[in-house]
Amino acid sequence: MLAKRIIPCLDVKDGKVVKGVNFVNFRDAGDPAELGAFYSKAGADELVILDITASHEGRKTFTDVVERVAANVSIPFTVGGGINELSDVERLLKAGADKVSINSAALRNPDLINQIAANFGSQVCVVAIDAKQEENGEWVCYLNGGRIPTERKLVEWAVEAQERGAGEILFTSMSHDGVKTGYPNEALAALADALTIPVIASGGAGAMEHFKDAFELGKADAALAASVFHFGEIKIDELKDYLKTQNIPVR
Amino acid sequence: MQVAIVKYNAGNIHSVVHALRRLGIEPILTDNPTLLQQADKVIFPGVGEAATTMQYLQKTGLDQVIKNLTQPVLGICLGMQLLCKHSEEGNVDALGIFDIPVKKFTWQKGLKIPHMGWNQIEQLKGPLFARNQENDYVYFVHSYYVPVCEHTIATTQYSGPFSAALNKDNFYATQFHPEKSGDVGSLILENFLQL
Repeated sequence: MLAKRIIPCLDVKDGKVVKGVNFVNFRDAGDPAELGAFYSKAGADELVILDITASHEGRKTFTDVVERVAANVSIPFTVGGGINELSDVERLLKAGADKVSINSAALRNPDLINQIAANFGSQVCVVAIDAKQEENGEWVCYLNGGRIPTERKLVEWAVEAQERGAGEILFTSMSHDGVKTGYPNEALAALADALTIPVIASGGAGAMEHFKDAFELGKADAALAASVFHFGEIKIDELKDYLKTQNIPVR
Repeated sequence: MQVAIVKYNAGNIHSVVHALRRLGIEPILTDNPTLLQQADKVIFPGVGEAATTMQYLQKTGLDQVIKNLTQPVLGICLGMQLLCKHSEEGNVDALGIFDIPVKKFTWQKGLKIPHMGWNQIEQLKGPLFARNQENDYVYFVHSYYVPVCEHTIATTQYSGPFSAALNKDNFYATQFHPEKSGDVGSLILENFLQL
């Protein structure tokens, strides 16, 4: 049976893993290749590695990080951050990434999704969406790590991304990220019902039950988290054991 | 031992290189017919689109080289599908080692396509799985599949069983990615290297 995936996310700045709480405060949590190999051994099903460095030199450092992760980790990994054109995708895939995740660049230039799918295949193209629930209940997509609202609605944009050739949707709730009260299960379920491609839940995990809820109530195919793993609050092997007792198929 | 990886216009060939290096093997990445023929083992990897890739193989003559290899050959993912007779992806005739057509998953409510993630291999047969267990998890990413047939040496369930691995004579193939399947995948690669 196809297993539900558990995905630790590594935010990388200047070659080091950091984690933002609500995208603002950072704490250092180690070397990406070492941490990636550690998670792989601990039972992580995939990794997501996000480059949050802005500078040009930082880009080069990140490519080196991707190469080192590829050499040391035997599970699939997705890289994101700073991907604006096809040449960025090519550089990261060449460095050893299995998939790339595009976010603001896809909102600004949706055709980039078509280009990635046509050149490298849909399986390479993860479209990440940062969205926030407004007071009227609607989920609105945001640009630039959640700083700039757009006209786009979550489900509508996800469906368009799928039609353009996205292979997966990684949905982060700005309203839930870093606050550890659980994933946005209603919005996740709405996405799962509207899409035929897999959905990765991101933002909000604070307890093992939250993963179960994302899979059961949110119908997510995978769940991503960062700080709860990086700071050892939830251990991946224990999480998997727990999910098995809850009859969730995991590896 | 000399292990050659067929170099062609497909993505993700480097992950196979890394996986072999982790097993202490330094493979060669080549499209040179002589080097491919002389290698002890040949790996035919692949992520990409069937029709485009077949055109490239025909243009370069690699199609004939691969078909006529006599040492153990391992096709991975698209590599496996191209060793079959025909693919619905781009409606193209392929290398025809395995006399079976490649089909597209038909969408039904609740079924995600591509089939992406970790799934179990069952009904394991033969030396490729010598040290593996029934129901081991391996990593898949694909939208097309090979039906169960006489060459099937492992099956996986996704809205019904399909071929997770094939074997005929010296040709072996996996739909999943052993190079991305953690320790289980490393074992399968080791099994192949020991053929």
